Amino acid sequence: MTHIAIADQEPELHHPRTFIGKYIWSQDHKVIAIQYACTAIFVGLVALMLSVVMRLQLGFPDQFDFINPNMYLQFVTMHGMIMVIYLLTALLLGGFGNYLIPLMVGTRDMVFPYLNMLSFWFYFLSVLVLLASFFAPGGPTGAGWTLYPPQSILEGTPGSGWGIVLMLASLAIFIIAFTMGGLNYVSTILQARTRGMTLMRMPLTIWGIFTATILGLFAFPALLVSAIMMLFDSVLGTSFFMPAIVSLGEATDYEGGSPILFQHLFWFFGHPEVYIVALPAFGMVSDVLSVHARKNIFGYRMMVWAIVIIGGLSFVVWAHHMYVSGMNPYFGFFFATTTLIIAVPTAIKVYNWVLTLWQGNIHLTVPMLFAIGFIFTFTHGGLSGLFLGNVVIDLPLSDTFFVVAHFHMVMGVSPIMVLFAAIYHWFPLVTGKQLNTRLGMIHFWGTFLGTYAIYLPMHYIGFLGVPRRYYALGDTSFIPDSAHALNANITIAVIIVALFQLIFIINLFWTIKREPKSRINPWDAASLEWHTPDVPPRHGNWGKELPTVHRWAYDYSVPGVVDDFIPQHVPDSDVTYEPGYDRTATGREST
Amino acid sequence: MTEMNSKPQGYWQHLVIDWSADKEAFKVNWGKVMMWVFLVSDTFIFSLFLIGYMNVRISATEAWPLTSEVFALVVGGEHIPLLLIAIMTFILITSSGTMAMAVNTAYQGNKNATFWLMIATAALGFGFVGMQAYEWSKLIVEEGIRPWGNPLGAAQFGSTFFMITGFHGLHVTGGVIYLTVVAIKVKLGHYDKKGFQIVEITGLYWHFVDLVWVFIFAFFYLW
Repeated sequence: MTHIAIADQEPELHHPRTFIGKYIWSQDHKVIAIQYACTAIFVGLVALMLSVVMRLQLGFPDQFDFINPNMYLQFVTMHGMIMVIYLLTALLLGGFGNYLIPLMVGTRDMVFPYLNMLSFWFYFLSVLVLLASFFAPGGPTGAGWTLYPPQSILEGTPGSGWGIVLMLASLAIFIIAFTMGGLNYVSTILQARTRGMTLMRMPLTIWGIFTATILGLFAFPALLVSAIMMLFDSVLGTSFFMPAIVSLGEATDYEGGSPILFQHLFWFFGHPEVYIVALPAFGMVSDVLSVHARKNIFGYRMMVWAIVIIGGLSFVVWAHHMYVSGMNPYFGFFFATTTLIIAVPTAIKVYNWVLTLWQGNIHLTVPMLFAIGFIFTFTHGGLSGLFLGNVVIDLPLSDTFFVVAHFHMVMGVSPIMVLFAAIYHWFPLVTGKQLNTRLGMIHFWGTFLGTYAIYLPMHYIGFLGVPRRYYALGDTSFIPDSAHALNANITIAVIIVALFQLIFIINLFWTIKREPKSRINPWDAASLEWHTPDVPPRHGNWGKELPTVHRWAYDYSVPGVVDDFIPQHVPDSDVTYEPGYDRTATGREST
Repeated sequence: MTEMNSKPQGYWQHLVIDWSADKEAFKVNWGKVMMWVFLVSDTFIFSLFLIGYMNVRISATEAWPLTSEVFALVVGGEHIPLLLIAIMTFILITSSGTMAMAVNTAYQGNKNATFWLMIATAALGFGFVGMQAYEWSKLIVEEGIRPWGNPLGAAQFGSTFFMITGFHGLHVTGGVIYLTVVAIKVKLGHYDKKGFQIVEITGLYWHFVDLVWVFIFAFFYLW
């Protein structure tokens, strides 16, 4: 059997010579990563604008003529879908996954660069199709990001014609894109690591991305299947999800379908999706905390297993999104139990992050601030999840702003805090320049405090029973005036936080244009990606020879060692110990 | 690794160490790993289709058509249930046999035999798709079955049937194209240096498509 270990026996690397080959239809994982990141951030800004408009309506109902009920629903839907799928999934896996995997495991590129390139262009196409729905007759779908039938394809819902079809088509294209990228990430991590890079020496970032990708490959099929079935219901008039129903006073032709089937399929995708977003964030935040606290990550092996166990459990909790759907109530027992079990590995991770900081030499750099901010927002979001995971508490809180506050804290704000941490942390690797610290600090404090100004009152409004997705509350007697005042406050906070994001965008351009080159590896990180011959790494990443890895990625402040940190590729023989230090005493020879 | 190996360990710990010990988790080419991961992902798609089918079949408000009659062929004035589908299944399983032989000859380095066996596999696959087209047209034209309804009972019968066999048929069609391309590249000598593992990878896909058919056959035609 001819067995080509692609890691280091690849005959020669083809360097593209044309501009298009280098930067547009590029097969270099770094270029693809930047393409993914820029597209994702662009649609993310669109979704941010939508949320501002939405909040204007909620905070100051009847003040803005340009928002009508249909538009409000459409903006809610598009905001949710874009943020979850086209921003977070794409940026974490397509952006950071693409950039970091080959560099962190020490290979020249993904195993199948051509497929990787196709992955980005399919993603790009899916974004175009999605945005096209804004210009389609009837506008984008207003069914809410969960797209529940029957309302998503009945005529009363905005965008029930073109909008929903374009949305489903865009999702299907996105899934194809994700599959092509995901196959690359998994195969590269499994089969193309450099010498000495064992699975248990990989940085947690890679573990998070790896597990999340596997979740994606197994969960997105459920979305694809439900999208195809709903497309048929909408276009061909089949009745997979549609029961016999009267719409706008007229009986439809549908008969005998099961709307709950859609909910099961959707959440069989939807719950793992939460972890597709969260696990890479867990991984990256672990690395950022360890580097900036100059201390190894606490309980590395426990962290790896926690990631894997969370990934596994995420497939058996989906129906906790459906306690009020009308499914068999006995399911609630099972799904509440599994849901609460997930809190165990998650809590282990939170404790380990805190213990990593404990007695560390904490540098309060911008990435570190965002990482610590993440620990706060994630803990708060996670704790409200314990409430919602229980059937009896969930029932009254269902479809209130408490739910909105919960999932925004846990899977909106938290991954975005990590994304900012990661962008500030890895920016010097990607561009060779460090983002401006002063602007970064302003951005952090505005964002961190601002999110609390938005979401803490939202929990309270939810407890009062204010329902979500309502265009206007009107004269609802059970809602006190204070709730309306809080709603207005939240809207003002949203506008301020959105403005603070402009500082971040300005910082990106300012830094690229004006800031001087930073020194190589400015954070003194030990993991492999910072130790390429050129920074930013060239095509092919490593010079003539691939690095050999001798240790894990977390050798910071090692007792007895002169240097503050030992890079992964430095062999034991090259490590300088303090004179008179007895290495055998600690029983630590090599990790 | 020294520290890890010095501890006493059980089977599972050994397994963990085996998996984490080297730069490649599986001793095969990455292409094969990629195909396996893809097939597991695709398994989820077909499983969910079939589970969705079972669900709508159970919840359908009208009677499900009698499969032994819908899928019967009239030969010489007699109704023979499942005749066409038996032939189709036989053809597809035969194609798995020729595929396995192609993998064998590929590793022996017999390019000519590999080429013809793969072409034979593709031809059998093409035959399968052709018969499926015949079956579809029979159901549509003679029985009047449509995705949105049928005169024999539950509308979901037509919807699920066309959706799932259609999705499987697309897989077979894709496989026929894939097989033909790889067969021609084998013939042209594109893999002389790289090795013939690609034939086995193509085979994995093809056997998977066959296996899926067995499940569709069981759940659609025999239930």
